[in-house]
Amino acid sequence: MPTSPIDADLIRQSATVLAAAIAAGEVSSREVVQAHLDRIGEVDEAVHAFLHVTAHEALETADTVDAKRAAGDPLGPLAGVPLALKDVLAMRGVPTTCGSRILEGWRPPYDATVVERLRDADVVILGKTNMDEFAMGSSTEHSAFGPTRNPWDLERIPGGSGGGSAAAVAAFEAPLAVGTDTGGSIRQPAAVTGTVGVKPTYGGVSRYGLVALASSLDQAGPCARTVLDAAHLHAVIAGHDPRDSTSIDAAVPDVIAAAQRGDVRGMRVGLVRQLDGEGYAPGVRQRFAEAVEILTHLGAEIVEVDCPHFEYALGAYYLILPSEASSNLARFDGMRYGLRAGDGSDASVESVMSATREAGFGAEVKRRIMLGTYALSSGYYDAYYGQAQKVRTLIRRDFDAAFDKADVLISPTAPTTAFRLGEKLDDPLAMYLNDIATIPVNLAGNAAMSLPIGLSPDDGLPVGLQIMAPAMADDRLYRAGAAVEGALYDRWGHLLIEEAPAL
Amino acid sequence: MSAITPDDVAHLARLARLELTADELDHYAAQLDVIVSSVARVSEVAADDVPPTSHPLPLVNVTRPDVARPGLGAADALAGAPAVEDDRFRVPRILDQD
Repeated sequence: MPTSPIDADLIRQSATVLAAAIAAGEVSSREVVQAHLDRIGEVDEAVHAFLHVTAHEALETADTVDAKRAAGDPLGPLAGVPLALKDVLAMRGVPTTCGSRILEGWRPPYDATVVERLRDADVVILGKTNMDEFAMGSSTEHSAFGPTRNPWDLERIPGGSGGGSAAAVAAFEAPLAVGTDTGGSIRQPAAVTGTVGVKPTYGGVSRYGLVALASSLDQAGPCARTVLDAAHLHAVIAGHDPRDSTSIDAAVPDVIAAAQRGDVRGMRVGLVRQLDGEGYAPGVRQRFAEAVEILTHLGAEIVEVDCPHFEYALGAYYLILPSEASSNLARFDGMRYGLRAGDGSDASVESVMSATREAGFGAEVKRRIMLGTYALSSGYYDAYYGQAQKVRTLIRRDFDAAFDKADVLISPTAPTTAFRLGEKLDDPLAMYLNDIATIPVNLAGNAAMSLPIGLSPDDGLPVGLQIMAPAMADDRLYRAGAAVEGALYDRWGHLLIEEAPAL
Repeated sequence: MSAITPDDVAHLARLARLELTADELDHYAAQLDVIVSSVARVSEVAADDVPPTSHPLPLVNVTRPDVARPGLGAADALAGAPAVEDDRFRVPRILDQD
């Protein structure tokens, strides 16, 4: 893609271009940050991507970066570039709600490792983005603070749970955002907002300071408008952290070089038979078929692979996730932080806990806590949780076999484009089906990306391509993703996001 | 698989410390029943000889050097507390009165 010279329209620039322009002194970080704060002021009432904007701190950080540059001090790799942070990551002194009333007003006394790394890279954090409560959902409608809206059509969902992060990037409120992906919460929002999102290999990015939903599935990752921008952010936030015992103690794959290379000649690309066909919208399938053609044209070798246990992935996921979540969310008991309800001289600790959790949790959180409590109950444990863990093994084996035949696997990211707000709100099963293509990767722990591949002819809304790679081969996502992105850019003359209607 | 009744939901809610209303009990009973019947499909898979996966990474016994590090001070730890007394978390009574 051509790198256009920096111009007045700072909000439409890529993070890569902004970082270079700031480093070269063509524009100040303060100007860049102010332009994005202005944009937030103009459009966020309609989009509602942010729960909290840290305008004052952001401008202070920008001034620090500008002063460092003026003094000739070394700058971080994304120095002065603004970013939106999902409200599930702890940031010292800044409200962190996870989209829940139970944490309303809580200000963490520490920074998540991801936040520390962003600060070390001189990234400017603009604020905290909206999400489904405790990351449970696929539409952001389960936020206690109201839904985020899709910048492509304000009557539609921006995906979830990280709808706020994806919408902030799609609405040009920030060039970069951090999301978290437990069953697709980075990739599905990226797909329905026409943006790029990556779930790194489990253990690739530290979970220290990430409020846990399902500890064996949660993973933070980058959201951006281009593959190269996502790679730069990936490189900043990834890497070993002794404070997370599941953090991988190995070098981060060179995702930036892979994105710059963007070449799939000789790469074996596997089509997963189980992730296409029935249940996928015709317009989604059409764009996906075109993406396959593009990969073929670019010199990739297309092979078909079978992953027969993927059809049980949704069931296994909705047993494992609620089980882990019901245990993790036991900490929200109204004793040490957050909301407390029903307190009084006669109250017992049990009655205060129950009243606090009843008042503080929303419907989807209660559903999943009870589902997890059920799956872990004596008498059901073997049939549900135990069996789900075995299915998880079989899904890992399916991936292993598929990666013997292919370097990467592909599928549509989501079965449909963005649906209307309210459409699936009280139909949990219909909502869960959104993540049918993204969940297998979380269960197996490997890496995946979603990138935009066009608008569905059915409704004119963005469609995403999912690329999956083996664990610790995250670079392959960027290599293949950049190749497809580049081919589409050549065809259209612009990024897909440029076609989004003005807000 | 037996259907999930409002009484079952009340039991689960007690275990999970959720003080649900009567309306919620009925609503969740119907929804949990639909969800459980759907996820119960995992039992169709013959997996008697398959080991369980609890975690995607085969890491065991991850430790760090046993070196003291600064932790949260009392002021930081209590800053978000719903009730504080004598520099401690104030909690409701934990024993019954009788």
